[in-house]
Amino acid sequence: MPAIDSGDTGWVLVCTALVLLMTPGLAFFYAGMVRAKSVLSMLMQNYVCIAVVSVVWVVLGYTIAFGSDVGGGLLGGFRFTGMAHMAEPVPGYELSIPPLLFAFFQLMFAILTTALISGAMADRVRFGAFVVFAGLWSLLVYAPLAHWAFSPSGWMVQSGMLDFAGGYVVEINCGAAALAVAIVVGRRHGWPREAMPPHSLPLTLLGAGLLWFGWFGFNAGSALKADGLAVQALVNTHMAGVGGLLAWIATERIRNGVATTLGAASGAVAGLVAITPACGYLDTLPALLLGVLAGAGCVLAVQLKYRFGYDDSLDVVGVHYVGGVIGILFLGFFATSGVNPAVAHEGLVYGGGFGQLGRQAVGVVAATAFSFLATYLIARAVNAVIPLRVSDEDEDTGLDQALHSESAYDFGSVRSMGRIG
Amino acid sequence: MRLVTAILKPFKLDDVKTALESFGVQGMTVSEVQGFGRQRGHTEVYRGAEYTVSFVPKVRLEVLVDDADAHDVIDVIAKSAHTGSIGDGKVWSTPVDEVVRVRTGERGAEAL
Repeated sequence: MPAIDSGDTGWVLVCTALVLLMTPGLAFFYAGMVRAKSVLSMLMQNYVCIAVVSVVWVVLGYTIAFGSDVGGGLLGGFRFTGMAHMAEPVPGYELSIPPLLFAFFQLMFAILTTALISGAMADRVRFGAFVVFAGLWSLLVYAPLAHWAFSPSGWMVQSGMLDFAGGYVVEINCGAAALAVAIVVGRRHGWPREAMPPHSLPLTLLGAGLLWFGWFGFNAGSALKADGLAVQALVNTHMAGVGGLLAWIATERIRNGVATTLGAASGAVAGLVAITPACGYLDTLPALLLGVLAGAGCVLAVQLKYRFGYDDSLDVVGVHYVGGVIGILFLGFFATSGVNPAVAHEGLVYGGGFGQLGRQAVGVVAATAFSFLATYLIARAVNAVIPLRVSDEDEDTGLDQALHSESAYDFGSVRSMGRIG
Repeated sequence: MRLVTAILKPFKLDDVKTALESFGVQGMTVSEVQGFGRQRGHTEVYRGAEYTVSFVPKVRLEVLVDDADAHDVIDVIAKSAHTGSIGDGKVWSTPVDEVVRVRTGERGAEAL
């Protein structure tokens, strides 16, 4: 194991905190888009993921994701159960940071990915059932897929599929899972006939800003060192966010005649999603191009739910799944060992032929199939024991009052007159 | 006695209030309401989905007046609320049987 480097350790410590901040950022990004009667329930689902996934990760999730492979690159063994043996190196890695720091940096990814799914079933999920689902999902879906595509002994890494910071593990994973839960939970009453516009776009834009800020830790931190590759990843992350923002508002200006604030926030997120798997393998200008493709692609993809009739309320599929696929496949064209010597096969543009594109595409099919099917089964199983969906009356009242006995907004009018007890 | 009710464009409320005060009206009640007439609603766009918002924000103003003043008060409101464009609103009056000033117990025209 290489010596612990204080610069690398300091950087990844900071990145761990940055990535944690993405979950509150996501909470507000989502909460602004739901109706005023279910704001707290959305915030609560995201915040509770921080707690539940942390417990699951420390006890079992980490060792399944990053323990020594127990066969076929499918699962890690149980040596690190309960954060045991943290003085030993992380299998397959040559890290200059303490393994315990690596474990907690990775924990923040598990939290965010689980929280991302909540957007697909906004306004209609029982809190208790969500907590159970989130814990099970982070253990049975996130941890195995993290082993496949992040752990050096995972079969996707072994097969040469590239995923720098979570195209398969985070974006495609949460997007495929979102589609599964949207199908299990069903549509909101009144959707799509009834208008359900966002209740507070300022919250959504604030959340998008926090996400963008935290994404520097997510992507550049995934270099696991404070080096030139981390710098390139940070630059690429920013330029893809910029490209996504501009492309989304330009596209909607042409299609709908207006550029919207929700479009700006969504476009930035789409660009950041797409660059996540690619940030450590691209030059700067291809990163900008990727952001543009993701922004324009996702603004069209969010319309698909109306055609197919699934109520992915906050467009987890349209933004995260589609953006993730665009980023993963883009590596087949633009991955280059000039940026990162870990690239074994150059992309098409750099004369590497179609090989890498094919590998990336196989990974998309595998990650999608596993995540969708496993999530569907878990959601159905949870639903059989604790119904995932609230009663019609509670859905109509709003989850804040029905489930949490609180209201997000109280302006001191007639409704706030009352007595204690 | 009559109750004069007016539906106004919110930004005209201040003009109407000033005009009524100079006419001599002592008090009024205002509420924020939503509605539509010939103006219909407007369109909003969220992630490419267009929503028709049918109900437009309006202000409802209510004034209790003596029978003799009702016609003039309606005129004052109609003039001061006028912009000439669609959505200017409406003014009407309805008869009122009984009015009581809560503080003093005065009834009828005394209570206005």
